[in-house]
Parts: sequence; structure tokens; C-alpha cells
Amino acid sequence: MDNIQRLRRRRAKKVLLTFLTLVLPLCLFLLFLLFPFYWMLVTSIKTNAEIYSVPLIYWPKELTWATYVNLFGYFNFLKYMKNSLIVALGTTVLSLVVSTLAAYSFARFSFKGRKALMAMFLTNNMFPTVLLMIPLYSIMRKLHLLYTPYGLILAYTTFTIPFSVWLIQGFIRDMPFSLEEAALIDGCNRAGAFIRIFIPVLTPALLSAGVYMFMQAWNEYTMASLFTNPGSRTIPVALSSLIGQLGVQWDMLCAGGTIAVLPVCIMFFFAQKHLVAGLTAGAVKG
Amino acid sequence: METGIRTKKKYPYLLIAPALIIIIFIVFVPLVNALIMSFKFYDLRYPKKEAFIGLKNYIDLFTKDSEFWPSLGRTAIWVIFGVTFQFLGGFALALLLNRNFKGKGIARSLSMIPWVVSGVLIGLIWRWLYDGNYGVVNDLLMRLGIIDKAIPFLSQKKWAFPAVIVSVVWQGIPFFCLMLLAAMQGVSSDMYEAADIDGANAWQKLFRITIPSIKNTIYVTLLLRIIWVANSVDIIQNMTAGGPAYATQTIAVYTYQKTQVLNLGYASAIAFVMMAIMLIAAVPYLKSTFKND
Repeated sequence: MDNIQRLRRRRAKKVLLTFLTLVLPLCLFLLFLLFPFYWMLVTSIKTNAEIYSVPLIYWPKELTWATYVNLFGYFNFLKYMKNSLIVALGTTVLSLVVSTLAAYSFARFSFKGRKALMAMFLTNNMFPTVLLMIPLYSIMRKLHLLYTPYGLILAYTTFTIPFSVWLIQGFIRDMPFSLEEAALIDGCNRAGAFIRIFIPVLTPALLSAGVYMFMQAWNEYTMASLFTNPGSRTIPVALSSLIGQLGVQWDMLCAGGTIAVLPVCIMFFFAQKHLVAGLTAGAVKG
Repeated sequence: METGIRTKKKYPYLLIAPALIIIIFIVFVPLVNALIMSFKFYDLRYPKKEAFIGLKNYIDLFTKDSEFWPSLGRTAIWVIFGVTFQFLGGFALALLLNRNFKGKGIARSLSMIPWVVSGVLIGLIWRWLYDGNYGVVNDLLMRLGIIDKAIPFLSQKKWAFPAVIVSVVWQGIPFFCLMLLAAMQGVSSDMYEAADIDGANAWQKLFRITIPSIKNTIYVTLLLRIIWVANSVDIIQNMTAGGPAYATQTIAVYTYQKTQVLNLGYASAIAFVMMAIMLIAAVPYLKSTFKND
């Protein structure tokens, strides 16, 4: 009898310990990290009366889609989504192609000046955005690229190319040499081996690198705010324009924010595994 | 070095060429341009007055500009508090997520979400949370009885900076967690088992095994984050635009605003000073990256 009771007490103690050291802190963390998103979503579907009521309403009693109707109608959010999509896709494709080639070279060849060239790519991440933004602005003005998607795409490759070269060369280094050797023995030339053997194996890793670049281009604000006009605005700049003289249109902002977050969230969940592996590889091996 | 299949000499250079040409054209040429601009009076509002003025921009910056030194000090506070708390939060979260429990995959994915969101949106959502009339933060603090009157956090000098720092901490926790968690998973379980046999407690295992094993990741992640946080404009710009009365203006935000008013020569000078300071953080990062190459 006594024994069973002691066992039960010990078990209860263990459950309590797990609760205090794992469940409770984890829930608090998740609450802190996720509550702002809940609040954004709820604000976007509340009626105006409920958004601006004191005390605050945490669980809306009345739902409305009016804000979303406004967002896509009056505010023309679809146009900004389209602008963002073009810029993000353009940035991703351009950087993926040139970075994969460069990364393959860095990862598989030893040649004169390799270290110096690598350093050139790596130091790029250190330059403040605001520093590059200034001369880029005057260059693009001269080349008539200002306020076009091409200008923004080029501007974004300042940070996506260096980063993806680093990321992809990590992926390539993890691939066995035997892959290409086998292809070369089979009579492929180097380019053939690269395209037919390497690219297919590398595709999942490339896709996740692409997701990362897409995310960055989709979210970027600092350069976009200078290099776009009302016609070519991307989502972040459009959202920022909801700040008016008299305050912010919170309902529209929250609806726009919800729509903007969704695609990158979904993409991230799919690319997560490879992306995390790639991002951490460099640091972990060190 | 084990890298390198022997081949015709031009191959590696040809492959790098496209990326290199783009980088030279959009990074190194602009950089030289910016350097030249920083020695000029170059203000798009007064195009006719454009002229070389030597070091005047820099001298003005150090001696006459009453906003420069305070902005630099604020940048230090922004980086030190921002990155420290991101690190502590990310580390604690990684420790929790490194344990075995049901649903840890979901918990890991969910805790990453703030990281995929744009800085503008983060700034604006937090601005809404801090709102003086309808903000959740005030509502919660009042319900808990911690304050009895709503505080307009972002428009009071005393509160604005801490409030902005909280939101950058919120943004940075996931990235730290992601890097540290991956490193923690690389620590071999043998060491923990041996420690268990020797009767080590959880703290001893944390300080004697976990932290020494992931030291490098901690170091690299801290350096990366310092550079990113110091450079970030979007959160502050969209929460307070550097206000109230410059209380949240960092060097990056200051430069950004000078660009907005089109005083490009002067803005370049500030940006170069900022970059020089940043290099202090960047050099150890570059060294450590090349050490394991």
C-alpha cells in the first residue's frame, strides 16, 4: 500500500516538474511569439466598432469581410501583390542561376584567387543597406531603371547573390565527388554532368535556397521605399503607406499583413528542413 | 586542400563570371561612387550647387552635427540590448525545443514564424499592440493591475526606446533558436550519458557540455545578428520614425532619413562612418569563416 502511494507521489512530482520546466515555459514562449499574429488576424475580421471598443474584445462576436473587400477594391492590394511577386520571382531566378554556377566553382575547383574572390562575396553582407542604396539610387536614375521592377531586382541581388553563393556552396560540398566522376566516366562532358546529374540531385536544396531569397525580396522595405513609386510599389511599401497624418488604418493594415504573411509562411514550412540544414551548416561546422 | 578536380584553367572563372559581373556592377561600382559622393556637396534638391568639398561632410559630421553622436550612442544601446535578449531568449527556447516531447515538430515550426515576416509588418503590428488607446499591451497591463492608466508607449521619450527594442528582440529570437538548436542537436549524446553516470546535474551539463560544444555557433550567430540589427531600418522607421524627439533614432535610421530628403553626399559620409564601425564586428566573422575553409 505504502509503496504504491510513494510511487504515485513520485510520478506526480515528475509530471509537475515536466510541467514547470517544459510545458509552461514553452507555452509562454509560443504565446509571446504568436499572439501578435492572432491579434493581426482578429483585427482584420472585426467590425470597426469592435476594433475600437474599450475594454478590448479578445474574441470577436461579429465577423466581417468588409476590410478585405476594401483592401482588394479601394486599396487595390492585388496590384502591390503582383509587383511584389514579379520582383521576388525575378530576384530568386536571377540569383539562383548565377549563384549556383559560382557556388559550384567555389566548391569543386581549386584555382588562383579563389580565397580572394570568396572574400569579395562574403564581405558583401557587411555593407549597410543604406550605404549601397544612395549610389544605387543615382545610378538607376541615370539608367532609367528607377521605379521599374528591374531596378529593384538588381538592387536585391546585392544581398541575395552573396548569401546564396555561400549557402549553395555548402550544399554542394556535402555531395559526394563520386557523383560527377561516375558521369564523367560514362562519357558526359563536365557541363553535361553538371546539368544531368548534379542539378537534379541538388534541386531540393536549390528550392529551399530559392525560398529564402524569395522571402527576403518579398519582405524588403528599405530599398523598395526609395526605388518604387505609387505604380510600382511592393507590399511592404504599400503597407507602410497606410500610416497617415492622423494615424494608421489598422483594419486595412492587419488584413494586408495577413495576406502578405501567408505565402511566405507556407513556403517556409515546405522548405524548412533543407533551409535550416543549409543555414546552420556553415556555423555548425566551424 | 581536397577541393579541386583538375581541369582546364578557365572553367572556374567562367562559372564565377556572371555572379562577379553583377556584384561588381551593383556593389563595388556603387561603393566607389558613394565614396566619391561623400567628398562632395551633393544634394538633389540643389543640383546646381554640386561640388567637391573635400572632408567637409566628415568634419561637419563629427564636429557640428548635434544628432550624430547621440545616434551612435543609441545604436550601441539598440545593438547591445537587442542582441543580448535575442540571444538569451533564443537560447532558452532552443533548450526547450531540444527536449523530447510530443508535438515538438509543430512547436519548432510555429516558433519560427516571426522570422519569416517583413520588418515593416513587425514594426506596424507592434505599433498597434502598443497603441495608447486601443493597444493590447496597455489593456493587459491594466487587467493585471500593473498600471492603472494607459501609457502611450511610443510617444513618450522614456518608453519609446525600450518598447522598440522589445519588438526587435521578438523578431530575433527565432533565428537564434534555429541556429543554436541545430548546433545542440549536433552534440553527441555520449557526453551527456557519461555525465549522467558521473552524477552531473542539469546546470553542470549545460555549462560544461552544451555551451562549450556550441561555442562557435554562438559566436558566429552573435556576429551576424549584431551586423543585421545595427543595419536595420524598417522596424524603427515604421514604429516611431526615429521619434519622439529623436529618442529612437539610430545611425541607420538617421542615414535613411538623410537619404529621403535627398542630401546624398552627407548621407554617404554617415554611411561610411557606420560601415567603418561595422567592420570591427565583421573582421572576426570573416576570419572565422575562412579558418574552416
